[in-house]
Amino acid sequence: MSQVSESTLTRKDFISDQDVRWCPGCGDYAILAQVQKVFPDLGIPKENFLIVSGIGCSSRFPYYMDTFGFHSIHGRATALATGAKMANPDLSVWVVTGDGDAMSIGGNHFIHILRRNLDINILLFNNEVYGLTKGQYSPTSSQGHISKSTPLGSVDYPFNPPQLALGAGGTFIARGIDRELKHLNQLLKEAHNHSGTSFLEIYQNCWVYNDGAFANLTEKELKMETQLILEQGMPMIFGKDKDKGMRLVKGNLEVGMIGKDCKMEDILVHDEKNKIHGLMLSELTHKDGFPTPIGIIYREEKPPYEELLLNQIQKAIQIQGEGNLDSLFQNGHTWKV
Amino acid sequence: MSENIKKIKEVEKVVIRFAGDSGDGMQLTGSQFTETTAVMGNDLATFPDFPAEIRAPAGSLAGVSSFQIQFSSDIIQTPGDDLDVLVAMNPAALKTNLQDLKQSGIIIANKANYSKKNLKLAGWETNPLEDDTLMGYQLIALDMTKIVSHAVEDMNLTSKTVSRSTNMFALGLMFWLYDRSMDSTISFLNKKFAKRPELVESNIRALKSGYHYGDTVEAIQSSYKVPKAKFERGLYRNIMGNQAVCYGLMAASQKSKCRLFYGGYPITPASDILHILSNHKNFKVKTFQAEDEIAAIMSVIGAAYCGSLGITATSGPGIALKSEAMGLAVVTELPLVIVNVQRGGPSTGMPTKTEQADLLQALFGRNGEAPIPVIAASTPVDCFNAAFESARIAMEYMTPVVLLSDAYVANGSEPWLIPSMEDLPEIETHIKKDGTKFQPFKRNEEQLARDWGLPGTPGMEHRVGGLEKDEHTGNVSYDPINHHRMTELRYEKINKIADSIPEIVPHGAKSGDILVLGWGSTYGAIRTAVNEAIKDGKSVAHAHLSYLNPFPKNLGEILLKYRYILIPEMNFGQLLMLIRNKYLINAKGLNKVHGKPFTVSEIYSGINDIIGD
Repeated sequence: MSQVSESTLTRKDFISDQDVRWCPGCGDYAILAQVQKVFPDLGIPKENFLIVSGIGCSSRFPYYMDTFGFHSIHGRATALATGAKMANPDLSVWVVTGDGDAMSIGGNHFIHILRRNLDINILLFNNEVYGLTKGQYSPTSSQGHISKSTPLGSVDYPFNPPQLALGAGGTFIARGIDRELKHLNQLLKEAHNHSGTSFLEIYQNCWVYNDGAFANLTEKELKMETQLILEQGMPMIFGKDKDKGMRLVKGNLEVGMIGKDCKMEDILVHDEKNKIHGLMLSELTHKDGFPTPIGIIYREEKPPYEELLLNQIQKAIQIQGEGNLDSLFQNGHTWKV
Repeated sequence: MSENIKKIKEVEKVVIRFAGDSGDGMQLTGSQFTETTAVMGNDLATFPDFPAEIRAPAGSLAGVSSFQIQFSSDIIQTPGDDLDVLVAMNPAALKTNLQDLKQSGIIIANKANYSKKNLKLAGWETNPLEDDTLMGYQLIALDMTKIVSHAVEDMNLTSKTVSRSTNMFALGLMFWLYDRSMDSTISFLNKKFAKRPELVESNIRALKSGYHYGDTVEAIQSSYKVPKAKFERGLYRNIMGNQAVCYGLMAASQKSKCRLFYGGYPITPASDILHILSNHKNFKVKTFQAEDEIAAIMSVIGAAYCGSLGITATSGPGIALKSEAMGLAVVTELPLVIVNVQRGGPSTGMPTKTEQADLLQALFGRNGEAPIPVIAASTPVDCFNAAFESARIAMEYMTPVVLLSDAYVANGSEPWLIPSMEDLPEIETHIKKDGTKFQPFKRNEEQLARDWGLPGTPGMEHRVGGLEKDEHTGNVSYDPINHHRMTELRYEKINKIADSIPEIVPHGAKSGDILVLGWGSTYGAIRTAVNEAIKDGKSVAHAHLSYLNPFPKNLGEILLKYRYILIPEMNFGQLLMLIRNKYLINAKGLNKVHGKPFTVSEIYSGINDIIGD
């Protein structure tokens, strides 16, 4: 990726001339502001950013960024982004998607981009509801969710996006919250720095159709007890008095009360590279009696798809020489008349 | 040539069909015969026909695979109607193919496979090689398996290996019968089995025993010679339709200086395009086997947005899946070529069989007003031109283009006068790099094509997408008048393509009784039938459409010059519907969907049905 040594870009350079049309108070505003704040600091020339989206409220995102942008069709953003990145690997490609777009209609493309590990950043705005179509339940809505299409409550079991991403072979899996701006800022930078597909789930409040879905994680008086903020190399502790932590009991994660039923040494130290920990942490999504992990759940270094492809092309040229169409056409059995 | 005292008869053209079980290697046998025949300087056309099942139950009627070739000292356009020779490796092959053999035609049968079990599987009550079923034909029934096992008896091969090389015996015999050299096949075998020297040896021995069998056995009185055809001067090779599509696209990529990006998903009969392009990485061709048809075209749209010549190929069911994305390419006005190698439908239909029933799908199979230019390839060689032309239109007009091929042209092959890259025209693109305030939907006058601003170019940042855009700023617009205007513009742009394509020139009478109007792979059968009708003194002409949208400008005027318009199609009247609708004339259809191309005689009868014998 081409870098510029001294960035003169500012947040303003990334604000497009289009009026933002999300509902006032939507969590998307905060995410947009963070992205506009982070982009100038990434050392990437402005013309090398490409933002791709599908369909849904979140997918209007590209129109509000003064970068190259493609607002595509429902569920297919990751597939379009794959072609764009393969065609021009110098681009910094960002996919903005929602829980309907990525988890439902685009589920297939979502798992396959993770499997291939293209160097693309996926921001999943998860509000656990369909907003643009006015309020149906989504694949991440919790069971029992009452919506226009589930008046008696949803009977579906929801997807757990980080776990799905892990299962699909994702190499960077993280979670942030629209209200945790500094933390989100940091995660956006980390997602960018990761070489390979970065999956960042962002809990985002839709106050019109699913208000308060994450209130227990964002309300001041509750969040210290409900957020498990993951930091590499640090013990997984939480709680207002930092007196709770995650420990392993007979192979299962449990909450331990430090100094009461366990010692500090019993608390697990977060290791982003440990896939088993990653799986266990992702399992804590909406689990009663447990905090919700935020931060980088899992990270793994693996050559991205486009790099392997370019290597193959280079190798083919090395071995066969750069192709010449006239000699290709005349290859094999020919005869003169 | 070995010395022999047998007679050699000279003939002008010959039709041979190799038929056997799916596992008998008939496609390989046929393609080897083709390769040799091409090098010998005959004109030729081929028709491989195989079941969708990889290995249908051995000996069953469903499992018969065949390869037909016509070769000639004259210029020919079809693989031939009736067979001169039928190679029937088993009873099922005889059962399903006998009806196509000429009276007194030659049957070559491998007796070893005519067991009670196989006869029963094929529905023969008695052994046709032993009763009078085949009276009136020249039957050469021999135990190929036994002869081959004698030839390799010192090699300690399994009986399976032996029986699998009987196809080479049959090939050797056909080489002898039609006076062809074994050299090309011998070198092919050396390459193919380079790592299994015992297979090289056994197959060559089988090939040679077939050849020598012809030489020595009294049952065969004479062999035949087909003199070279008179071709236009130049360097030739044999080429298959799918291969020609790939070469045409690669040529267009070079001439437009835009990298070729291919996104595809495996589907019969289009997969070879993915295979061939994947094999040309040293041309910097990028290929992507996507997770599904939708991802395939979406990746291509992404690549086209970034300045690639974007290609995807599929067959009808795949087009159905890609339809929404095709609409996205229409509204974002990006250059894509979408190849549809048509097969029998609807739904899964008949995956390995040919049909032309996706024309209306190509034209209209999308939501909203979404015009797309449509080009059709008429022969394997024409696939090169049609692919190049599709890419030219895509780039020059900033639009997705549908290229229609079908299983028959895709798998068929014929001699190709190899073009030189320097003789092909340059393709102009609309890439803009000036970095001033970029307006993505600003159009040029000539083509109404929009400017192409590529990510990575400073100052050109802009957004495109599926929502309607303002004609001037390119921003999202719900303005009613603007939407109407943009819809008009998208149509006007496609209609303007007619300015850049050749007018149609009928072959035969300039006016008269009948114009046979075709498109796509019916070309050969129509051209041959019309030539025969002209020879018979009929007032007939042939016009063939390469451009289905837009039509050539003079088409309406041409149609008025004939009393009748006959439109043969391998569908139930799709071009017919378009022509009647646009030109308000009473054109007549000649329609069949047998999964097989028209024969010359079917077209000729269609002509006779209108104007009498």
